Amino acid sequence: MSEKKTKRRDFLFTATTAVGAVGAAAVVWPMIDQMNPDASVKALASTEVDVSALTPGNTLTVLWRGKPVFIRRRTQEEIDEARKVKMEDLIHPEKDEDRAKNPEWLVMLGVCTHLGCVPLNDKGDYNGWFCPCHGSHYDTSGRIRKGPAPLNMEVPKYEFVNANTIKIG
Amino acid sequence: MSDHDYRPKSKVGQWFNDRLPLLTLANHLTDYPTPKNLNYWWTFGGILTFCLITQIITGLTLAMHYIAHADMAFESVEHIMRDVNYGWLIRYIHANGASMFFLAVYIHIFRSLFYGSYKAPREIIWIIGIIIYLLMMAAAFMGYVLPWGQMSFWGATVITNLFSAIPFVGEGIVTWLWGGYSVDNPTLTRFFTLHYLIPFLILGLVVLHIWALHVPGNNNPVGIDVKKPSKDTVPFHPYIVIKDGFALLMFMIVFAFFVFYAPNILGHADNYIEANPMVTPAHIVPEWYLLPFYAILRSVPDKLLGVVAMLSAILILAVLPWLDTSKIRSAVFRPLYKQFYWILVADVLILGYVGAMPAEGLYLLIARVATAYYFLHFLVILPVLGFKEKTLPVPLSITEPVLGGSTNLAAARNKESKIE
Repeated sequence: MSEKKTKRRDFLFTATTAVGAVGAAAVVWPMIDQMNPDASVKALASTEVDVSALTPGNTLTVLWRGKPVFIRRRTQEEIDEARKVKMEDLIHPEKDEDRAKNPEWLVMLGVCTHLGCVPLNDKGDYNGWFCPCHGSHYDTSGRIRKGPAPLNMEVPKYEFVNANTIKIG
Repeated sequence: MSDHDYRPKSKVGQWFNDRLPLLTLANHLTDYPTPKNLNYWWTFGGILTFCLITQIITGLTLAMHYIAHADMAFESVEHIMRDVNYGWLIRYIHANGASMFFLAVYIHIFRSLFYGSYKAPREIIWIIGIIIYLLMMAAAFMGYVLPWGQMSFWGATVITNLFSAIPFVGEGIVTWLWGGYSVDNPTLTRFFTLHYLIPFLILGLVVLHIWALHVPGNNNPVGIDVKKPSKDTVPFHPYIVIKDGFALLMFMIVFAFFVFYAPNILGHADNYIEANPMVTPAHIVPEWYLLPFYAILRSVPDKLLGVVAMLSAILILAVLPWLDTSKIRSAVFRPLYKQFYWILVADVLILGYVGAMPAEGLYLLIARVATAYYFLHFLVILPVLGFKEKTLPVPLSITEPVLGGSTNLAAARNKESKIE
């Protein structure tokens, strides 16, 4: 075989492999991406909640994107307790002022950041929430204080549409 | 394989076999030379094959009545229990069959650990076995989600959330697994699909597992290489077939006890409450066969490290053939290993027990000690033991200690190496 012919073969071989690899990737991606949230799931991105009936010291739990959201109307003691905590005592330092813009209202995903259970109200060593699954304690600002959870409970995007209605998402 | 020269007796058989040598395969399986000293711990391979077939048949029939939809799954399972002819029986066999499958596989694995069946030249058999075991856990977990009860839902939530521990891409992976922002209908339908698929993957791997086994042949209680065929072997049929069949009957009595007298004792009452994403059950526990790993997960106070520890506890088994440095296979001739073996058995049972208890106080302490010991056994004790241990003399053949009256007689007569 002449040297020229071998080079021609090499080129065909490389080109075929390259086209084949790109083609395979182009087919594999839709197969993987079909498992991501579909258009109908994404469409349920926001929900409006009427909070007029909620009195201080009580929590309303609503479902948003299949997850519970805690809306807590906090008492003055709870606010004071949350605001006097020193940052160095926190596992995931976040100021209560940043978590609850309006101190009376705490809105957060009712999902433990450990493995996704729903923590219980008014329980635990810090008068906030306690996750029964693996024993994580949260304070009155929903911040992780003790246990295996690595992060504070997540504050979703929300706004007061009017005095009585919160729009989550 | 020494039986390639097999030739069927009938003309039709010869004609067929020349075109597709299935009869040669059948002949290989019947004549397959088996060590004659195999004890009843060796019957669990056959029992496991029975378990797999049972799960596939009952699973197929359940799938004819089950509806994989978040709004209808729970009701369709109740429909199977109350309306479908013998639906209760089929479902109870399937649900308890999973537990029986794991009971048998744990005995099978611990038999291998005792007699050193994972060592050269059987490493590939062992690794295929570990892959089968991983697939079994995946199938069992996803199957438990399908009735869409409280334990289904929250078990699925906790286990899929394990992936969120992966740095950077974890959250994206969890959303991808769910097909949404929480465990919901898309999760249920894909779990049903995979639960249907995995048993057939296992079936394929079982064929490879047996194929790999038939290359070196079975290990045996004495753990020495056996010449095949020889005075030390018997043909698989009828000797092993009868023995396996008898053991299978005994096993089916235990199986039937659970199905007919205690069908819910291994399950959790909370799973008869329909899934509710707003309320987590007070105490989430996985099925009994996953408890030791659950205990390891919870014993580590850090999320990522807990997940890493749990996965390592399983994956460490895959490299066991290289962690165990001892040349001697059977624990019969390893006086120290035998003791550590039983400590490991106790350790795993303790982990299983604390896995079912709340993760606090003394239970947590016990779980931590037991987890540490588990890794110590595989990473330190086994490698060191291979160099330090004084092993007992091993007989030259299975027959020798019986006929030759050698000095190894006492060791070989040990209760694990009875000769039929």
